[in-house]
Amino acid sequence: MDVVARILSLALKELLALLRDTKSRLILIGPPILQLFVFGYGATFDLNRVPIAVYNEDRSAPARELVARVVGSPNFRLIREIGHDGEIAPLIDNRRVLAVLHLGPHFSQHLLHGEPAPVQLLIDGRNSNTALVLLGYVREIVTTFGTDWRSAHGQAPPPAVLKVHALYNQDLRSQWFIVPGIIGILTLVVTTIVTALSVARERELGTFDQLLVTPLTPAEILLGKALPSVLIGLIEGGFILLATLFWFEVPLRGELGALLLGMLLFIFSAVGIGLMISSLATTQQQGILGAFLFLVPAVILSGFATPIENMPEAVQHLTVINPLRWFLIVARGVLLEGDGYASLANTYWPMALIALISALIAAWMFRHRMA
Amino acid sequence: MRLRAISKTFRAGGMEVRAVDGLALDIARGGITGLIGPDGAGKTTLMRLATGLLTPDPNASSATVHRSRQQRDPTVELRVLGIDVLAEPMRVQETIGYMPQRFGLYEDLSVRRNLELYADLHGVAHAARASRFAELLELTGLGRFTERLAGRLSGGMKQKLGVACALVRPPPLLLLDEPTVGVDPVSRRDLWSIVQAMARDNGVTVLVSTAYLDEAEHCDDIVLLHRGRLLGQGPPRRFSEAMRGRCFHVSAGSMRRRALQLRLSRDPAVLDVVLEGAGARVVARAPGALSLPALAAEVSDLVIRPVEPRFEDAFIDRLAAAVGSGRAPAPLPTAATTSRPGSGASREQPSKATHAVRPGGDAPPIDAPAIDAPVIEVSGLQRRFGRFVAVKGLDFEVRRGEIFGLLGANGAGKSTTFRMLCGLLPASAGKVRVAGLDMRRSAPRARGRLGYMAQRFSMYGDLSVLQNLRFFSSAYGLRGEHQRARIDWALATFELEDIQRERSGDLPLGFKQRLAMAAALLHEPEILFLDEPTSGVDALVRREFWQRINALAESGTTILVTTHFMDEANYCDRLVIMADGEVLAAGTPMALIERARRPQQPEPTFEDAFIALISAHRKASEQAA
Amino acid sequence: MSDAHQGTRTDYRDTVDTVGSIAARRMRLLGLIRKETQQIKRDPSSLAIAFVLPVVLLLLFGYGVSLDARNLGIAFVVEQPDADTASLLGAFRRSPLFEPREYRDIQTAERAFSARQVFALVWLRSDFARRLRGHGDAPIGVIVNGVDANQARIGTGYIQGVWRKWLAGWLREQGIDGAPPVVLEPRIWFNAAVRSRDFLVPGLIAILMTLIGALLTSMVVAREWERGTMEALLVTPIRIPELMLGKLAPYFALGMGSMLLCVAVGVGLFGIPLRGSVLVLLATSALFMLVALGMGLLISIIAKNQYVAGQMAIITTFLPAFILSGFIFAIGSMPAPIQWISHIVPARYFVAILQTLFLAGDVWRIILFNSAALLVMMVLLLGRARGSFRKRLD
Repeated sequence: MDVVARILSLALKELLALLRDTKSRLILIGPPILQLFVFGYGATFDLNRVPIAVYNEDRSAPARELVARVVGSPNFRLIREIGHDGEIAPLIDNRRVLAVLHLGPHFSQHLLHGEPAPVQLLIDGRNSNTALVLLGYVREIVTTFGTDWRSAHGQAPPPAVLKVHALYNQDLRSQWFIVPGIIGILTLVVTTIVTALSVARERELGTFDQLLVTPLTPAEILLGKALPSVLIGLIEGGFILLATLFWFEVPLRGELGALLLGMLLFIFSAVGIGLMISSLATTQQQGILGAFLFLVPAVILSGFATPIENMPEAVQHLTVINPLRWFLIVARGVLLEGDGYASLANTYWPMALIALISALIAAWMFRHRMA
Repeated sequence: MRLRAISKTFRAGGMEVRAVDGLALDIARGGITGLIGPDGAGKTTLMRLATGLLTPDPNASSATVHRSRQQRDPTVELRVLGIDVLAEPMRVQETIGYMPQRFGLYEDLSVRRNLELYADLHGVAHAARASRFAELLELTGLGRFTERLAGRLSGGMKQKLGVACALVRPPPLLLLDEPTVGVDPVSRRDLWSIVQAMARDNGVTVLVSTAYLDEAEHCDDIVLLHRGRLLGQGPPRRFSEAMRGRCFHVSAGSMRRRALQLRLSRDPAVLDVVLEGAGARVVARAPGALSLPALAAEVSDLVIRPVEPRFEDAFIDRLAAAVGSGRAPAPLPTAATTSRPGSGASREQPSKATHAVRPGGDAPPIDAPAIDAPVIEVSGLQRRFGRFVAVKGLDFEVRRGEIFGLLGANGAGKSTTFRMLCGLLPASAGKVRVAGLDMRRSAPRARGRLGYMAQRFSMYGDLSVLQNLRFFSSAYGLRGEHQRARIDWALATFELEDIQRERSGDLPLGFKQRLAMAAALLHEPEILFLDEPTSGVDALVRREFWQRINALAESGTTILVTTHFMDEANYCDRLVIMADGEVLAAGTPMALIERARRPQQPEPTFEDAFIALISAHRKASEQAA
Repeated sequence: MSDAHQGTRTDYRDTVDTVGSIAARRMRLLGLIRKETQQIKRDPSSLAIAFVLPVVLLLLFGYGVSLDARNLGIAFVVEQPDADTASLLGAFRRSPLFEPREYRDIQTAERAFSARQVFALVWLRSDFARRLRGHGDAPIGVIVNGVDANQARIGTGYIQGVWRKWLAGWLREQGIDGAPPVVLEPRIWFNAAVRSRDFLVPGLIAILMTLIGALLTSMVVAREWERGTMEALLVTPIRIPELMLGKLAPYFALGMGSMLLCVAVGVGLFGIPLRGSVLVLLATSALFMLVALGMGLLISIIAKNQYVAGQMAIITTFLPAFILSGFIFAIGSMPAPIQWISHIVPARYFVAILQTLFLAGDVWRIILFNSAALLVMMVLLLGRARGSFRKRLD
């Protein structure tokens, strides 16, 4: 009972100290909200109104029809129609357009004779991802045009077509993919930094010795430091979750409880790692640097923006110790794929294990460094 | 240096603080001028104004309304070496030497690199450097450590290096901002001899601010500041001469010193009283023979003899006049007043017992240790850091109700010993028993029975006074009614009620210290550890502090203290002096002073005794090496 | 009195003429630079940010991070295996992009799909062969996991590509004219192999230089304020421009060194082409480095404490450089307000220069336009820093 009261009073003190200081209060509230919106809107792989140019050497109706279909797509925006070859290179080189659609003078001739009519698409490959996505859009339009053409001219349609249906995210909106990831990233960043700096700040201010001469044991101190971080993580994560559901309107298809359980375990693991950094850092600068050195790879190797499956085998194995990796599966699983407790059990235990091991290491190092 | 109508206001948390308030001052060229005043008197601000780092406020009281920001107020004048600082700060900075409070050293650079950097900045020609550096290294005694990182130097050596850096190119004016804070007496003496040599041989004018009043005697001229105003200026002798006839030494063989001091401090005729030697030193409110009829009636062997006035006496007098009341705060009620009903009885007994075995009459003349069992037992205590042995086998005992001092030069192993005693650092070898508990096995339980006050302010600055007290009381396991009662006790005893909701980081130093002490006493510890509790604190606050400590010791709390102020050693019942991790001497302050009595030094002070011991030890170890 | 002053006069003889002379200026500047360099050498955390972090990030991005889909798991539910289904599966097996798995019934396949073991599910019902020979337009259902919209889009494109190629071949074998009337011939300039690494690594250089310039510089300057050494520096004959130059020069060198390291690793290890001229690369990098240093200096003057400086640097420089610079996400596709904000992110201009220099070559319009923007920012930032950096504490 005494122990619980002591830990609670330490936790209360931590919270008060964090919230009374204007600077740390700002750091807890301002950046996460800013990042939520910048990430939520800025981090997108979708292409909207991409500038393109058209070089149409064939003035016939079918050619115009195809061009109209491409230009009419909401994904593209016609910047210029050009008249000769020489204009292509400067437009692309100078990034005026991302692609040039080129129909040769004999396009309709080929088409009418039933020969494959070539359509050239010159794409700026400096951003390879944009290039691929753009190619996909144009290919779809061209294929549909071809199918329509065949049926309009009494030719047999292809015997079978692939009807692709995207499950969980029918309109393929990047935001639905990115925003659930932000819940994880921001919660991780805030929790880790708050925890990582908590001991270092006391060491620098000289209050740590005062704490150590009280009857509080090292384990109690660690617990007292961990509790407020967990609370702050939960509030932060909860807030972003609300924004995800009601501002960004990402659907909630699975069990909310399963997501909250995952979030709790995830925060435990973030706090554990934060405590590990904390027990090593003697100054705040080291604390920030340590947190930074953990956070950057953790975010990059989490599958937040780039799929883990694309990574080399060895790196993929490494990601199992990254709590963010597991939480992203939980967040996206529950929100988009409608997962529940059972299907996420295989993400819960790795996070619990990470939390347990990191906390044990932190406690061991803490004791070790005091000696 | 010439100042006219200089003010400087700072804004902190919505409050305006006038650090320097309409100051008019002239400081003559040549010699050493001391800038003296309590904490917050505006010493540092004045230094920074003189260097052009701060600009003074426009003169509010002057009739001339300054028309625009560019237009300078002609009544505000600040000249250093004849240069108008407000107009040409660069020229001042090109000319003077300045050491800020934290010495301005790059701790991750070596001694030589620090010197070279400042030589580059001051444009000292390469050809002239070798001889100049040799001279400075010789002067500061840093010759052996040129390749050592500045961060690895002891506090005293850092300060000397700081001064050396400010002197790479001998400046006509040297400004030193509190150069001796936290430095042991030996290093302080060294530093002063460097400064005096500079002033004497190179004709450097020195302006030095300090919180050590005994250092005033080294200065040619004193500027006494209080709350940004000039309280007095003149040679130190003129200050102390004014006190002639008001200073006495009072002793009574039959009365213990602390009880005597307590009685004296309540006497209306007494302005100030500090412990010294076998008795107390008293400053009377009015000149003339000191008569203490009430006390004389009670104590038969009262001896009152006049003594030479000191600068400190004048300081207290002037400050008391400025503050108005002139009385240090009411002494501390005994810690046991609000004892918890159950355990309180047993707690109270020992303190009563101490009173009982020390009746006025039959106790030995100088405070004898109580006859209780030792509360702190140290035997064969050792601490190694890698191959370096910081503490080499200490043995001593502290008894209940004693004030026990741990003294030594910087780097003597005091702090290490201290940290081992309160369980912050495990011992490498040896035995430590505190409050009857083995520190190695039951440290958390032992920690529950001791209080600790660190050198730096170590309360949570972001929390209010009340929140700090609440936290520390719960950390010590106090709950419910008892916790409330103890917090109320602390707020009342340390006069913190009015400021209980304030952010503790914004409090003035004196309040911070009271808060730290209140927090350390919440759980009624048997032993109180004080690690340089008065470092950087001015004389007034120190007096108030010691009064509380004395009262506490009277009520039976054991107190272990480290300090750099030699006059504070007089407050200790017994003490040990450490050097290089060993005990050099142990005993009562009187006994130690007695040992330093020589024909050429018939009336040694404790500081003389201390320096004699340390110097002898250094000589011996140098010969051995 | 006058005698004492005479004494100091004689001492002045071993000083280099006057404080304003070129020799004195040079001595002060060199002294500061030497000091800063030594501090960098002694501080492992600066070196970690300057040289370890770049290498770690380069390796992560070079090897670990890729937007290029590969080894996509596809579940084929083949209800009735025959020559046609075998041929189709064979086509997918031959592609390096896919890892097809065969299932006999839809239930097990769906389980694998919802357990995220496969990315897509193709259901070839028992009438697949009949449909192929039927009237045409028979739908064949494909389900892809749409959670990662970008991957889904690219993956779908690849699946369609393999399918079309196989179908054309199959039709030819059957002697049916099924050639599509229009064929799209894409030419992807500058990055024919469409490797995302080729555009990520150049952009990464901008991120790292931002880190060194802004984060590291702001923290070391803030440290001087915190430790009180700045106060001692200010009360020396040093001039503000000298102080700024002395601070910036070593970090400028550090940043450029880190940039060269990145270029060497990028070109040497990852085989990223460098099509533009090295000289232009150096010149524009130097320009950007100055902008980053200006930001760092300004932050440190405002913050004066390491904790706040570090946080400010991460929020105002690192994150925008990461997200709003076009490093990964295309600026053109962001909502208009965010696009406007991106104009005040210096990294945006440098990323554009870098991607062009590495992949396209010396495209002067882009280089000059973006350099001009950087130049304006540099003047503004350094000017502002110079303006607010006073030899004053108030």
